[in-house]
Amino acid sequence: MSTETPEAPDSPPSSPTPDRGSRFTVRSALVWGAVAVVGAVAWGVIALSRGESISAIWLVVAALGSYAIAYRFYARFIAKKVLEVDDTRATPAERLDNGTDFQPMDRRVLFGHHFAAIAGAGPLVGPVLAAQMGYLPGTIWIIVGVIFAGAVQDMVVLFFSMRRDGRSLGQMARDEIGPVGGVAALIGVFTIMIILLAVLALVVVNALAKSPWGTFSIAMTIPIAIFMGFYLRMIRPGRVMETSLIGVALLLLAIVAGGWVQESSWAPAFTLSPQALVIALVIYGFAASVLPVWMLLAPRDYLSTFMKVGTIVLLALGVILSAPMMKTPALTEFASSGKGPVFAGALFPFVFITIACGALSGFHALIASGTTPKLIQKESQVRMVGYGAMLTESFVAVMALIAASVLDPGLYFAMNAPAGVLGPTVETASAAVANFGFTITPEALTAAAAAVQESTLVARTGGAPTLAVGMSEIFAGVFGGAALKAFWYHFAIMFEALFILTTVDAGTRVGRYMLQDTLGNVHKPFRDVNWKPGLWITSAVVVGAWGYFLWAGVNDPLGGINQLFPLFGIANQLLAAIALTVCTTLLIKTGRARYAWVTAVPLAWDVAVTLTASWQKVFSSDPTLGFFAQRARYSAALERGEVLAPAKDIDQMGTVVVNSTVDGVLSIVFALLVIIVVVNAMFVWYRALTSDEPLGSSEAPAVESRIVAPAGLIATPAEKRAMAAAGSRE
Amino acid sequence: MIAALRRAGAGVLWYLREVSGEADYDRYLARHAREHPDAPPITRREFEKRRMDRAQEHPQSRCC
Repeated sequence: MSTETPEAPDSPPSSPTPDRGSRFTVRSALVWGAVAVVGAVAWGVIALSRGESISAIWLVVAALGSYAIAYRFYARFIAKKVLEVDDTRATPAERLDNGTDFQPMDRRVLFGHHFAAIAGAGPLVGPVLAAQMGYLPGTIWIIVGVIFAGAVQDMVVLFFSMRRDGRSLGQMARDEIGPVGGVAALIGVFTIMIILLAVLALVVVNALAKSPWGTFSIAMTIPIAIFMGFYLRMIRPGRVMETSLIGVALLLLAIVAGGWVQESSWAPAFTLSPQALVIALVIYGFAASVLPVWMLLAPRDYLSTFMKVGTIVLLALGVILSAPMMKTPALTEFASSGKGPVFAGALFPFVFITIACGALSGFHALIASGTTPKLIQKESQVRMVGYGAMLTESFVAVMALIAASVLDPGLYFAMNAPAGVLGPTVETASAAVANFGFTITPEALTAAAAAVQESTLVARTGGAPTLAVGMSEIFAGVFGGAALKAFWYHFAIMFEALFILTTVDAGTRVGRYMLQDTLGNVHKPFRDVNWKPGLWITSAVVVGAWGYFLWAGVNDPLGGINQLFPLFGIANQLLAAIALTVCTTLLIKTGRARYAWVTAVPLAWDVAVTLTASWQKVFSSDPTLGFFAQRARYSAALERGEVLAPAKDIDQMGTVVVNSTVDGVLSIVFALLVIIVVVNAMFVWYRALTSDEPLGSSEAPAVESRIVAPAGLIATPAEKRAMAAAGSRE
Repeated sequence: MIAALRRAGAGVLWYLREVSGEADYDRYLARHAREHPDAPPITRREFEKRRMDRAQEHPQSRCC
C-alpha cells in the first residue's frame, strides 16, 4: 500500500498523496482562464443590462462559472492551507468502522446522501420570496454568499466534526466555548427547528388550501408510503430501488388522478380550508412521530429523495433547454423602500435573511456534524462533500429564483402579497397590484389560474405555488406544451409538499429525541426513546409547538408568511452564527489563527445581518416592520374598539396583538442567543491568543490511514496510480 | 459505443444501489465472510429489520 512506506508517519502531510494540480500547467491556466472569462462575461451581462430583459441562461452561466472558480481555488486553499487536510490520517469511518454508524463510504455516494439531507424546500422558497426586490440582489447573494459563507461553513464544520469522531455542533460548542455557549446552541437548535417546521408546514397549507387536486395527490402519498413500508418489510426486504420505482409510479398516478378527483363528486371532500389542513397536518405529524420509522418515515424519505433529485435535474434541463427570459425587473423599488408586500424591510438585511438555504444556512451545520463526518473515507474529501454539496444546493436556489422571475411581475405580486391586502376577488387583486406599481388585468389572473386548473391564484403565498407556476411555464415550454401545464403545476406542488412533509416527519422526530434527551436529565425513563408515555408526551409537545405557530400563521390577518418567514430566516442565520463561531474558535485554538478570517469574516457579516434584522424587528417604529410597533398600533386601536385593515373584526385584532407579541419576544430571544454565544467565544479567543502554551486539543488522536481513495469527483492520474499500487478499485 | 453505454448504465445502477442502501446487505455479507467465516450470516430480512431499528434510534434530520 502506498501509505505504508517507511517514512510516511513523520513526513509532511501532503507528501504521500501526490499534490494534485499544484503545478500550474499551461493547459490548466488556459482552461481556468476561459472559465473565468465566460463567468465574467455573464456577470457583465447581468450587471449592465438595464431596462431590457435578459435570458435566464446568463444567470446559469454566471453561477456555474463562479462555482467552478471557487471550488477549484478557494475551496482548495481552505482544504490545503487552512484546514491542512491530511490523507495519511485515518478518518473516524476508518478507525471506528463498525459497519453501521461508522463506515467508509464512497465519496460520490456520501455526496448524494449529504446533498439529500441538506437540500429541501428552503432553497426553493426563499429565493421566490426575495424576488420581490428583483432578481439581482437574490442572485448576487446566492452566489457570493455560498462561495464565501455557506459552503465554507459546511466544509469547515464537517472537517472539525470529523477530527472529533463526528461530534455534534452542540457538543463542539460546549467543548470549545463553554457550557453557556453549549446551552445557547441547544436552545437555538430547538427553537429554529420549531419555527422551521411551522413555516414549512405553512407553505404546504398555502399550496393545498382549496385545491382538491393538490390535497388529493398529497393525501395519497400516505397510503403509498405505508404500502412501500410494508412491501419492504414483509415482501421484499431491502429491495429499495424496486420499491421506490413502484412508489414513484403510484405517485405519478396520484397526480394524474388528482385531476380526475377535481372534476368528480369527490372534489368537495378534498377541498379543505387552511384551518382544516392545519388540524390534518398536526394529527399527521403526531402519528408520523410515534409510528415506527419503517412504516411511514423511511419509505417516504426514499420517495421524496428520488422525486427531489429527479425534479431538480428536470428543472435544470428545462431552464437550459427553454432559455426563458427574465420578466421581473433586476431591481424593484421595494429593495430600497422596504415597503414590499411579500415581506417588510429593505434589501439590507432582509434579502440575506429571506434567502438562507442556498447561500448560508445554519441548519446544515447540524448535518455536517451528524452522520456525514462518520462516513467520510479520506480527509481531503471534505472539499467535495462539504463545499461541493452546498454549491449544488446554491445552484438549486438560482434555478428557483429563475422560475419565479420568468413570471409576469404582476402575477407574482398577485400571488405573493397577503390576502388581506389583495382582497377577495381578481378585481380587488388587480387594483392592489396596480398600487404596488405593476399591472395585471383581472382577466389575466383568471386565465392564469385556469391554465393550471386552480380556482384562484390570488394570495397563494408561501413561494410553492409561485415556483410551481414558474416551473409549469418552463416545463411546458420544453415537454408537452400548454396542454400539460396543469399537470406540471401539480407535479411541482406535489414534489415540494412531499419533501416538506418529509422534513416535518423527520424534524418532529429529531425534536422529540432532543426533548427526550433533555427531559432525561430530570426523569430518567424519558431517555429511552421507546418508552411509550415519554414518546407520546414529547411528540405532543413538539407537534403542539410548531402547530401553534402554524395555526397562528394561518389565521394571521397580516399574512402568516409575511410575519413568520423573517423569523425563520433570523433563526436559521442565528444557527449559522453559532456554527461559524464554533469554527472560528476552533481555527484559533488549533493554531490556525492567521487563517481565522476564513470563517470570521462570514461570521461578522452574518452577525451584522442577524442583529440588524432583529433590531429592526424589535425596535422599528414602522408597524409593518417592527413587531412591537405593530403590537402598539393594533392594541391601541383595540382599546378604542376600532378595527384596522386588514383585520376584519375585533377577534382578528386580538390575533394580531398576540402574534406580534410572541414574534417580538422570539426576535429578542434569538438576538440574545447570538450575542451570548459570540461574546462568550470572544473571551475564549482572547485567552487562546494570549496564552503562552497551547490550549488542550479536543481532536481524536492521529492514526495512520490505510485507505487509498481519490479526493475529488474524478480520480486524477496520480490517484489512479496510487490506487492501483494499493490494489483498491473505484 | 455500446460498451460505453453499458458501462454508463452499470455505473448508474451501481450508484443508485449504493445511495439507496440496497447494496448494504452485500457489503455486510462480504464483511461477515471476512471477519467471521465460521458463523452463518443473518438473513436479509433480519438485516433490514436491524437497519430500521437503528434508524428508529438515530433519526437523521432533513434540512430545509
